[in-house]
Amino acid sequence: MSRLRNVRNWLDERFGWEDLIAPLRKKTVPLHRLSYWYFLGGITLFLFVVQVLTGILLLLYYRPGANEAFESVQYIMTQVRFGWLIRSIHSWSANLMIFTAFAHMFSVLFLKAYRKPRELTWVSGVILLFLVMGFGFSGYLLPWNTLAFFATKVGTEITGQVPIIGKPLMIFLRGGEDVTGATLTRFFGFHVAVLPGLATALILVHLLLVQRLGISVPPKLEVEWTANPSAKREMKFFPNFMLREMMAWYVALGVLGLLAAVFPWNLGVKADPFVSAPAGIKPEWYFLFMFQTLKLIPPKLWFIDGEVLGVLAFGAIALLWLLLPFLESNNTSRTKRWITGAAVFALAYMAGMTIYGHFAQ
Amino acid sequence: MISPGDRLSPPLPRRRFVEVLLGGGFLATVVAFVYPVLQYLIPPKEADLGSDSVVAGRTGELKPNSGKIFRFGNRPGILIRTSSGEYRAMSAICTHLSCTVQYRDDMQHVWCACHNGHYDLNGKNIAGPPPRPLELFEAQVRGDEIFVRRRRET
Repeated sequence: MSRLRNVRNWLDERFGWEDLIAPLRKKTVPLHRLSYWYFLGGITLFLFVVQVLTGILLLLYYRPGANEAFESVQYIMTQVRFGWLIRSIHSWSANLMIFTAFAHMFSVLFLKAYRKPRELTWVSGVILLFLVMGFGFSGYLLPWNTLAFFATKVGTEITGQVPIIGKPLMIFLRGGEDVTGATLTRFFGFHVAVLPGLATALILVHLLLVQRLGISVPPKLEVEWTANPSAKREMKFFPNFMLREMMAWYVALGVLGLLAAVFPWNLGVKADPFVSAPAGIKPEWYFLFMFQTLKLIPPKLWFIDGEVLGVLAFGAIALLWLLLPFLESNNTSRTKRWITGAAVFALAYMAGMTIYGHFAQ
Repeated sequence: MISPGDRLSPPLPRRRFVEVLLGGGFLATVVAFVYPVLQYLIPPKEADLGSDSVVAGRTGELKPNSGKIFRFGNRPGILIRTSSGEYRAMSAICTHLSCTVQYRDDMQHVWCACHNGHYDLNGKNIAGPPPRPLELFEAQVRGDEIFVRRRRET
């Protein structure tokens, strides 16, 4: 132990280590019956780290390119020792991360953690959620199998529906008029360079904001605690809550390992542009609610294409969602409720449409 | 209330037991995740050629006193036709630092361009830095095809 202390002292002398740690030592986590929701952000971060590490490992053998991508993934899964496991963990962790990111977002909504002074934390978080979906979309193409090929065709086609900027944007995404090897190269670049860079920067901003602003307490409890300070209960973040958080990560790792080992991710059939789309083809579950909505909109509404309307509506909703904290006015009881209502509606809509989409023909 | 920093006195064996259990479990997890990763880092052996015999060329393809490189599995081999019309085949990987060798018709033997290594027509290293002879293969003419195969160990 004393040797460890020596190292710490050495670093402290040169680096001001203690000053850097000090905010963490001061930081506390409020304790109440909803405290468990505080773990979700940390688990999402943990899964992101898993993604970075397994992603780097996959890069050792993966080759982008229409002629090699599928074969290289096949090689990883059949020839490389534990390659199937690494790929499986990457895929499962991606799905779990999207799930926990959504769960984190809704918990923030219901606990009212987006309110002043945490508006920017919300904004950075929502952008991170969009990035995470971008990771999912771009990564899905990389094995170059039939499902990935058509998912990318449909996804980029939907982008193309946006008036004026849609078409150039689609060509930018595809690297040409069609989904080809050029698209694969681009998506590979987005997936392993552009998005990780953006996401890492935003995660740092997000965490810095959380550090500066402290952890929010649900409004009702806050009123109670201000009225009666002796009722206030909290835990030191470092090391007490940190240890709990690591336990949560340990559980997450266990779940991840179990899912990856018991349900290894499939590779499917190599993409061929001259083969028909298979029956019952569907996007990944986190895009299913949008997919199903677009299917339900009639082809023409008044004089606008249904598809265009749907895409514009989703874009508008995404923008409103991003700016949600600024839409809530300060102190009237009427506006206090509508955001909760909107959140409940959004959650119900997404869950309902996802289930409907899952069972629909 | 006992805070985690406090030591219980006298220390309970039960606490020690829990510590060992937790530490051991954690260590086992680390090993369980590190072992596959280490294994993953080792590249798999590339599949060697299916049989030990390949068609290296056709008769009439090579003039006397010339040579060509052929694929022996995923490695290069060199097929030589001597001035007397005989076929010779050997590994084309220089034993010095693994460059691919070539046949020099002016010297009538095998030469490596990287560090001026010389081999005779039996693959023997005769000049320059190469430490060992080239592996000599068996070359057989069957019909108009020249088969090359690895020599059986005796």
